[in-house]
Amino acid sequence: MNNPVMPKPHQILDIIRETNLEYTFRIETDMRPQHGQFFQLSLPRVGECPISVSNFGEGWMEFTIRSVGKVTDQLFSLQPGDELFVRGPYGKGWPIDELRGKHLVVVAGGTGVSPVRSLLNKCAAEPDFVKSVDLICGYKNEDCILFRPDLRRWAEKFRAIYTLDSQVCEGWETGLVTTHISKVPFDSFGDDYAVIIVGPPVMMHFCGLECKKLGIPDEKIWVSFERKMSCAVGKCGHCRIDETYVCLEGPVFNYTVAKDLLD
Amino acid sequence: MGYRLSYPEADELFRKLSAEYEIYAPKLFEKQGRYSDTDIVRYDRVKRAEEIVWDRKSDFSAKEVVSPITQTIFYFTEDEYRESRTGAKKLLIFLRPCDINAFEHQDKIYLENGGIADVFYQRVRDRVRFVLMECTEGWDTCFCVSMGANRTNDYSAAVRRDENGLLFSVPDPELAPHFAGNREEPFEVRFIEQNDFTVEIPEIPNKDVLNKLKKHPMWQEFNDRCISCGSCTVACSTCTCFTTVDKIYDENAHAGERRRVAASCQVAGFDCMAGGHEFRTTAADRMRYRVLHKVHDYKARFGDFHMCVGCGRCSARCPKFISFPATINKMAAAIKEIVAAERQ
Repeated sequence: MNNPVMPKPHQILDIIRETNLEYTFRIETDMRPQHGQFFQLSLPRVGECPISVSNFGEGWMEFTIRSVGKVTDQLFSLQPGDELFVRGPYGKGWPIDELRGKHLVVVAGGTGVSPVRSLLNKCAAEPDFVKSVDLICGYKNEDCILFRPDLRRWAEKFRAIYTLDSQVCEGWETGLVTTHISKVPFDSFGDDYAVIIVGPPVMMHFCGLECKKLGIPDEKIWVSFERKMSCAVGKCGHCRIDETYVCLEGPVFNYTVAKDLLD
Repeated sequence: MGYRLSYPEADELFRKLSAEYEIYAPKLFEKQGRYSDTDIVRYDRVKRAEEIVWDRKSDFSAKEVVSPITQTIFYFTEDEYRESRTGAKKLLIFLRPCDINAFEHQDKIYLENGGIADVFYQRVRDRVRFVLMECTEGWDTCFCVSMGANRTNDYSAAVRRDENGLLFSVPDPELAPHFAGNREEPFEVRFIEQNDFTVEIPEIPNKDVLNKLKKHPMWQEFNDRCISCGSCTVACSTCTCFTTVDKIYDENAHAGERRRVAASCQVAGFDCMAGGHEFRTTAADRMRYRVLHKVHDYKARFGDFHMCVGCGRCSARCPKFISFPATINKMAAAIKEIVAAERQ
């Protein structure tokens, strides 16, 4: 019987140190997830945890992991050539057809940049995919900055605002991402745009309020949720909010749905 | 037509059945209760008909036969995963109508939700046959009638216990030959039509009312009363949530197993993510989450019935005497209050 929770081994091709706490693991695989989907990473004898795909290409896939839990701590002791067990992909990713041909606004904070990274790379690589990209990307401080090479590349292709929450740093704005949303030229987009918000729960909450203040309709906004999960296939119950399972219907939700999902 | 069996005859039947079936039923475990000198009734294998407990509601539900509190799902040796194995015999479970209806909800989650069937549940569930224990009186914590879970047609056999022994009806042709030759006697199963306690099942008209209900002061009471022990969810016949836990064997860190362990939304940390962020931080939040799942969220997702079957085990097991049916009635009142305020 094909067991949906049986993890499969994949060789680690590379480990990229993003910050002291965050590493990106590149594994060998032919799987092609949707942008914004996630996998269960599994270490035999340690456990499993849900991690979103932070990038993928021909024959490889990347996960950017913050060392904050039992499983993730153990992951950091792995070396290239070791095997990483994964199962997936799970959940619904970014709605590619809804975004195609529109002006895209992406507001991302901290590790929340991971789930939207492959999509931003697609936008950068395929100039015809969207009309324009406004990227607001925020980190707590200089030590928390992820994906520096991507940030440089994206700045050349997109209108980009990079900001640190409280630290003053050359080349970076200061202040929470929320404070920069009003700088996006929404007036010039007409009706033809979509907004992606992804980051810590508090950040997404206040970004949602800020968008409301700016008169952005809920249906134009897309968010990605992070929740505790044990199975990722709608059985374990940890990620449920009301009648919604984040692992099945999410992690990406339209804001019309997401705003009513009170845990 | 049914079959009349004395206890010795039933024992002989059980003995014959055991070649093909493992028989599970509520069984008394002396001195294993929560308090000193108290007993407990829970599901286990029985060999003799007299082992079956009739005069008490089992403290724990029949779900444990199919999805135990803890079970090994994978074994590891170094970096190899091997799926755990399971038995081959069919399982005959003696249980009441509410418990059979509870399995319908277990099936929804484990076999249907997300279009994915859970292998570890299915491999046992496929072998299960139900023997309905006729239940016409119930107990003081029961409210199955209010929940519409007092009746069922989903059984291979039904059984009544009376002063003359056991009376079976056996609609399942697979099981019927085993009963042939016993004395025939008319038997029509009866179901309980009224419990001592009646529950008003609330209807939540929309998300707005739902979210107002979540913030209603009615939940605050549980910050003082509920100790977040999770006894209710362990005893619940419809709770399915679990967590996955890896264990390394003491003597050899290269070998171990992955276990599925029952998890409770009532225990702090159920929603805690790596990094420490938690959404429901109070006993009131967690109580509200459980109650709404049982009498709103589940039905909103799957349509037909509320998840709660009114078995009342949660109330019976609560060390703080929190009554689940009374809580549903309080919720019904709170919803009326919210809806009335909206109309004004």
